Amino acid sequence: MKEIFEILEQNGRATPERIATMVDKPVREVEKIIKQAEKDGTILKYKAVIDWSKLGEEDVWALIEVRVAPQRGVGFDAIAERIYQFPEVYSAYLVSGTYDLAILVRGKNMQEISTFVAEKLSPLEQVQSTVTHFLMKRYKENGEILKVVKETNRRLPITP
Amino acid sequence: MISQKVATLPPSGIRKFFDLLSSVKDVISLSIGEPDFVTPWHIRESGIYSLEKGYTMYTSNSGMPELRQELAYYLENHYGISYNPEYEILITTGSSEALDLALRAIINPGDEVIIPNPCYVAYPADVILAGGVPILIPTNEGNNFVVKANDIEPRITKHTKAILVGYPANPTGAVISKKEAEAIAEVAKKYDLLVISDEIYARLVYGVEHVCFPSLPGMKERTILISGFSKAHAMTGWRIGYVAAERYLIQALTKIHQYTMLCAPTMAQMAAIEALRNGEAEVEKMVQEYNRRRRIMVKRLNEIGLPCFEPKGAFYAFPSIKATGMNSEEFAEKLLLEERVAVVPGTAFGPYGEGFVRCCYATSLSNIEEALKRIDRFVRQHRLITTQGVN
Repeated sequence: MKEIFEILEQNGRATPERIATMVDKPVREVEKIIKQAEKDGTILKYKAVIDWSKLGEEDVWALIEVRVAPQRGVGFDAIAERIYQFPEVYSAYLVSGTYDLAILVRGKNMQEISTFVAEKLSPLEQVQSTVTHFLMKRYKENGEILKVVKETNRRLPITP
Repeated sequence: MISQKVATLPPSGIRKFFDLLSSVKDVISLSIGEPDFVTPWHIRESGIYSLEKGYTMYTSNSGMPELRQELAYYLENHYGISYNPEYEILITTGSSEALDLALRAIINPGDEVIIPNPCYVAYPADVILAGGVPILIPTNEGNNFVVKANDIEPRITKHTKAILVGYPANPTGAVISKKEAEAIAEVAKKYDLLVISDEIYARLVYGVEHVCFPSLPGMKERTILISGFSKAHAMTGWRIGYVAAERYLIQALTKIHQYTMLCAPTMAQMAAIEALRNGEAEVEKMVQEYNRRRRIMVKRLNEIGLPCFEPKGAFYAFPSIKATGMNSEEFAEKLLLEERVAVVPGTAFGPYGEGFVRCCYATSLSNIEEALKRIDRFVRQHRLITTQGVN
């Protein structure tokens, strides 16, 4: 069953028919497992991995280290929620180490991100300090290397 | 100026097809007999490290002691056979060199070597080059392309020296069962023959256990085990393989090796050590991926009407193309020119490959699916013509 999800994680457009052949199970059963997973939230969403720079529309991204004060009863969860609800926040993690929350923020330009940090994030009561790192170059994302390697030239067209 | 032996040696059937293939553009190739994966990064990184640290000199003829030690562990852990790394293992420049050494070390002029056919292109050629005579035994869908002891026994003469087998098999994808292997082992013992077992695809088996020839009772003494890193670790271009056998055999092979190859590339040896120490997870991942592609290919070929027995090893499917009325060369040539899909005609692997083509699934799933779509169209069209011809 795990294999079905591994295949989907690699290719969200893999059809149940194809997956069924790959894992040697009846199509019906695979369909059922996928439906169930969509329902119970095991599969959250199907999306495309897009290299926006190809469209000349490069968004600005920043990784922000946030130090916060945990609250009685809810720990970091309440403040984390207040932060991740902002649509600018792309990913949010509680981390160990010298700061508490690591958030990935996406904006149209540096100005937009600066405004977010200065006017929305920093003023939050529990936020003690932030350190903003703007992303300069993306090499690999979601397990995909963002560079098209031409595979065809590497192998001879026919070998014994 | 050319020696008679070489002059009369037929060129590889693959070579002939290569020239035609080079003249056609935008081909989807199912004819590449090597992994489409690049060598896992940690293995490449060790190769780089070895260069960085200046490991650019010869190693001992038999190969780096650490590598032989790791191989001894590996063979013990996987197949329960103990080889002494000091004098029962020889590191070679790919398993191709290993095969050549093995044959040259044991063959006297006129000695016969029994080879199931269709088989890897180099088997009969290497026997001829070593001064021997290849005795081809047909295998077919009827016996799942596995040679039977009963087929071997009547072909044994006083000149027979060895049986050369390669399971999992290129080009058929066939694997041998323990029972079948044991029966062959009995024949080898009865007639005092050596078995040369090319197990380069040993790790690429699907839902079955690989049978390692020397692990069969009484067979370590008379088996020359050949393998390497090319297929399991996607290391074809590194040229690194090995032989494991009894001391007197390894000594004989090493004699030729020391005068010809000297030693296997040092960089590749260091990378191979890393492959053995930390490569298992990547091997399993690749095998799982091949298995998925295998199922897609075999199912579709059967649906298309090119009957294909289920290959349980290597990364080849070997469908019958007899339904099209074409011979395998015609089929491959027409398919290439009309649909730009390259497969290898079965006859490239010997006379008993006629009526089949080899389709390799070591290529991306999207390539496989597109290629099969085209093959489907091709087969439908040519079926139609045949039917009309009959009417």
